[in-house]
Amino acid sequence: MSKVIEIQEAIDKIKDGDVIMVGGFLACGTPLKIIDALVESGKKDLTLICNDTSYVDRGVGKMVVAKQFKKIIASHVGTNRETGNQMNSGETEVVLVPQGTLAEQVRAGGSGLGGVLTRTGIGTLVQEGKQMVEIDGVEWILEKPLRADVALLYGTKVDKSGNIYYEGSTQNFNILMAAAADTVIVEAEEIVEVGELNPNIVRTPGIFVSYIVQGDVL
Amino acid sequence: MDKNQIQDFVAKRVAAELKDGDLVNLGIGLPTRVANFVADDINVTFQSENGFVGLGPAPDDSCIDMRIVTAGGTPSSILPGGMFFDSSTSFSIIRGGHLDMTVLGALQVDEKGNLANYMIPGKMVPGMGGAMDLVAGAKQVVIAMEHTQKGNPKILKEVNLPITGVGVVDLIVTEMGVMKVTEEGLVLTEINPEFTVEQVQEATEAKLIIADDLKEMV
Repeated sequence: MSKVIEIQEAIDKIKDGDVIMVGGFLACGTPLKIIDALVESGKKDLTLICNDTSYVDRGVGKMVVAKQFKKIIASHVGTNRETGNQMNSGETEVVLVPQGTLAEQVRAGGSGLGGVLTRTGIGTLVQEGKQMVEIDGVEWILEKPLRADVALLYGTKVDKSGNIYYEGSTQNFNILMAAAADTVIVEAEEIVEVGELNPNIVRTPGIFVSYIVQGDVL
Repeated sequence: MDKNQIQDFVAKRVAAELKDGDLVNLGIGLPTRVANFVADDINVTFQSENGFVGLGPAPDDSCIDMRIVTAGGTPSSILPGGMFFDSSTSFSIIRGGHLDMTVLGALQVDEKGNLANYMIPGKMVPGMGGAMDLVAGAKQVVIAMEHTQKGNPKILKEVNLPITGVGVVDLIVTEMGVMKVTEEGLVLTEINPEFTVEQVQEATEAKLIIADDLKEMV
């Protein structure tokens, strides 16, 4: 069964108020066409889980400018001045999370784990309000799992059952987010027939993917 | 020295800390320049937290692939023997003690090795990105920066901005000298002959311990 849908159908899967995860690192490995369509759609009150908020004119950064988020969970927002403005004015809630912790929270969310224990952030603001766990005399921060209603991913080559192959440094959070959302939509640079992808190079199993959208070539 | 010369001078001195076979992660800005000064007779591998080892130089305009970027979002290349991976693997390398060294910039650093480099509350809030994981996991944390910020000391008795890591810094390299973080405090081990010990102390809030065998920084 083909999972390929039109971009408008993909946008219709996202509701106002949804929590969305978006793959990519400074927009490298972000489904740019879906994001542009989301800006166009005017969906609002969304919560974003993404490594960063990109730039004002690229990827999720455009959605920040369009004020579509009520909350943003990210490791870095410094490349998009609009995020900082909205954070300082109190317009948007911004939760800064160490990048490695964010990766593991998403992984835990997709892997049936109750959380992860890390030393990252001990003695910093990151530790505030969090449960500490002592194991064999060492203190760890308990970081809870993260999940989303919809994950929006990028793939370089995707077969019609959703198996994803990634080129270059585009894997980043895509691989982790694929397992951590109720609905998973991947934007493919190239869609191929089932059987055309060498199973040895598939990095995201198609079983995680709900829908596929044709994207543009980077 | 102008700003450019200062940055190259600091980067060159940091590069002298590298050993054959080291796996290293360089922060954005001045630290990135360290890669330009690696000695010819050693082999050093650079890790990029967005998901690869074997980070190479920026490519020519003719062969830019937007699927291969640095952690700063700029076009990059991968060297023979390198590989790409996801953000979880990337931070397993970083947090898991597999990095020999990380070189980072700082807003403030103090005599106990505390580091502040990710936010000035209410003003500049870029976020920690991978910095908190890097200082938590790298075997050696080197701070490479200009000694002062517009004449104001950045090397303090105690940092007063939000902390990135507690007691994590091993070495501080600036255009004025090289300082080692020890149990007793900051030990000035090398000095740029353009400055006197008094001048370095004047530009430093923390009390410097002068090494018995104080060397010239070259």
